[in-house]
Amino acid sequence: MEVGTMSVSEANQERITQSKTVWYNDAQTRGLVFQAMLLVLVVVIGFTAYQNMIANMAARGLLFGFDYLGRGAGFEIGESLIPYTATDTYGRALLVGLINTIRVAIIGIVLSTILGVFLGIARLSKNPLLSGLVGGYIEVIRNTPLVLQLVFWYSIINAFPRPREAISPFPGFFLSNRGLKIPWIEWNDALWPVVWAFVAGIVATIIAARAYKRKQDETGKITPLWPTALGLILGLPALAAIAMGWPIVPTIPVLAGFNFEGGATLTPEFFALLLGLTLYTAAFTAEIVRAGILSVSKGQWEAGRSLGLTDGRIMRLIVLPQALRVIIPPLTSTFLNFTKNTSLATVIGYPDLVHVSNTTMNQTGRAVEAILIFASIYLTLSLLTSAFMNWYNARVALRER
Amino acid sequence: MTTATPANSVAYVAPETLPSLPPPAGIATTFWGRQFQTYFGTRGNAIISILCILLVLWLAPPLLNWLFFGAVWTGNAAACRAASGACWAFIIEKFWFSIFGLYPYELRWRPAVVLAIFAVMVAITVQSRFWRGEIFYAWLVALLVMWTLQGGTIPPFGIPVPGLDPVPTRLWGGILITIFLAVFGLAVAYPIGVLLALGRRSKLPIVKAVCIVWIEFIRGIPLISLLFIATFIIPLFMAPGFDLDRFLRAQIAFILFAAAYLAEVFRGGLQAIPKGQYEAADAVGLNYAAKMRLVVLPQALKITIPAQVNTFIGLFKDTTLVVIIGIFDFFTTLRAALGDSNWLGFSVEAYVYAAAVYFVLCYGMSKYSQWLEVHLNPERRR
Repeated sequence: MEVGTMSVSEANQERITQSKTVWYNDAQTRGLVFQAMLLVLVVVIGFTAYQNMIANMAARGLLFGFDYLGRGAGFEIGESLIPYTATDTYGRALLVGLINTIRVAIIGIVLSTILGVFLGIARLSKNPLLSGLVGGYIEVIRNTPLVLQLVFWYSIINAFPRPREAISPFPGFFLSNRGLKIPWIEWNDALWPVVWAFVAGIVATIIAARAYKRKQDETGKITPLWPTALGLILGLPALAAIAMGWPIVPTIPVLAGFNFEGGATLTPEFFALLLGLTLYTAAFTAEIVRAGILSVSKGQWEAGRSLGLTDGRIMRLIVLPQALRVIIPPLTSTFLNFTKNTSLATVIGYPDLVHVSNTTMNQTGRAVEAILIFASIYLTLSLLTSAFMNWYNARVALRER
Repeated sequence: MTTATPANSVAYVAPETLPSLPPPAGIATTFWGRQFQTYFGTRGNAIISILCILLVLWLAPPLLNWLFFGAVWTGNAAACRAASGACWAFIIEKFWFSIFGLYPYELRWRPAVVLAIFAVMVAITVQSRFWRGEIFYAWLVALLVMWTLQGGTIPPFGIPVPGLDPVPTRLWGGILITIFLAVFGLAVAYPIGVLLALGRRSKLPIVKAVCIVWIEFIRGIPLISLLFIATFIIPLFMAPGFDLDRFLRAQIAFILFAAAYLAEVFRGGLQAIPKGQYEAADAVGLNYAAKMRLVVLPQALKITIPAQVNTFIGLFKDTTLVVIIGIFDFFTTLRAALGDSNWLGFSVEAYVYAAAVYFVLCYGMSKYSQWLEVHLNPERRR
């Protein structure tokens, strides 16, 4: 390069332009090439796998497809919320499994959240006995595998005496090797007016709460909500029940012969799964709640006290709303984990989605289809839960300017 | 003018030191007084304390009796059934089985050496004074030796070693399987996780999409379905006639799983690095690889070490899920021991023993991660 004929800056410009023209040093071109290579790799692997799968399945006399779902299942399922017999189809069997999964997930998530919040607050107690006991519980639960806990509870329940010698921790509750018997309710046609009265009570309470809030904003006077709420939510259904007849009949389990009559049953499998998952998840929830409450600075408590609020009000009006922002995101993943962990039901023989899919797989050899179905169901449940929690999180998030 | 006369700007100065006030009434001054106040100071506190004490008094005697006083330490199943407590004789009988599984009896020295190598490596690695580049190569060698000793062939191509009888993976068992799944899983998943995390934050759309789909798919399904995929579907994806060992398939599923979870941990670290670090690396003219290797990753990996340990604890606990596909890890081996017809009905003892082992290991790791958190951030130490 003849520097003499052009200025230094021109020479530099020249160098920069030249270096840009070397294609393999250009970030953009390199990115494109790299991505094309990755795409080809993914497609080749996917295509080879698919080809092999078709060939392998053909060798076993199978054709990829979901038509088998319409055929008769021919196996019984231990417990089901919808009518099901062995003559129903595989599709219905899977539905039974899915409902069983959702049932344990919903009940368990609610119970474990309630227990977890209490444990989290108890962990922060100033009383060393209480916080120590709760701390010990949390450490033991968090540091042992969940599968182990499930089979442990299951074997404990199986070691319970027969129904005739059942243990009754509370009146009406019976623990035996057939599971847990609890009092339950049966309802008749008068139920619907009562339910509507209950809904109306809730709506009226919300309206009353708004009115009280407005009154407080205008006059500064606080009207306690709970007497109104109690009267509306319990009183309206009670009135409806008196007018229309009593809708709910409690049934209490009674020992008759070799087994119980009346009440509702939690089978040993369901009970062990619910107990194990709830205790396990509650320990994680407790740690999340504790971290959330600790994340609210002490000044918030002091500010609340200097305004003359009681500790309960400070917790409810100042600390918890701020703690929720910290609590919600990890709580979301805890809920997701709970749903995924219900799949461990198969270890103790609770007929959840995976358990039913496994039976289906063994009977028909349709491994790919069965796994595809339950994996996509879990994926959908996960995405739905996380979408809902993201929406809720956005609602409680800090509104910054 | 306030600055001109500093002496006048002070409004009031106390002429003498006030005498110190007496301690506020109702606050105990003696040791026992303080203890009393801690536990029974207010009415609510007293109720909580009494309830806790009652709970302990209710639970402790039967528990202690079962665990120790009424337990049987030697003898056979008949002696155990006669006793009121746990049957630890069963656990003592099956102890070595729970460590080695079905590994050929006369070759048990090999897994024993593997365990010893592993224990020494862990003991070295946890000490901060050995944190140098060499430790990384030492681990590579150690892992290779461990697998070679255990299997009798050199991985990954199964080259036979003269003097070592090959032992197929279906004969592996016990805590060795648990350690192999966890340690090899982590060792392979770690670099993959780093790549996935970088890919997820990449500006290249296809790379980003592939990484997001991988991570979200694996995190969205339970580990069980991944293990099912490894057991039933991966063989179908292989060319006909080509077979992959069942343990290896489970190991692969575990690696994919671990990589996705580690990737999310690393992503958190990458996001926490201030933008200035990236820009500084650009300013000194580093390319992407050098920027990541020399500037970003060392910081991102360091700040996520506690989170990495927590993820590892989770993964370690999750190794028990291989019970679903019939691989004999520590837990499954113990379940197999329950089937011994001479010792029927001691499942609770086996589970308590297994829980104690997992607890000691996991609790140790979590305490270590707490120590690391303080140790790695001397500026935050108080």
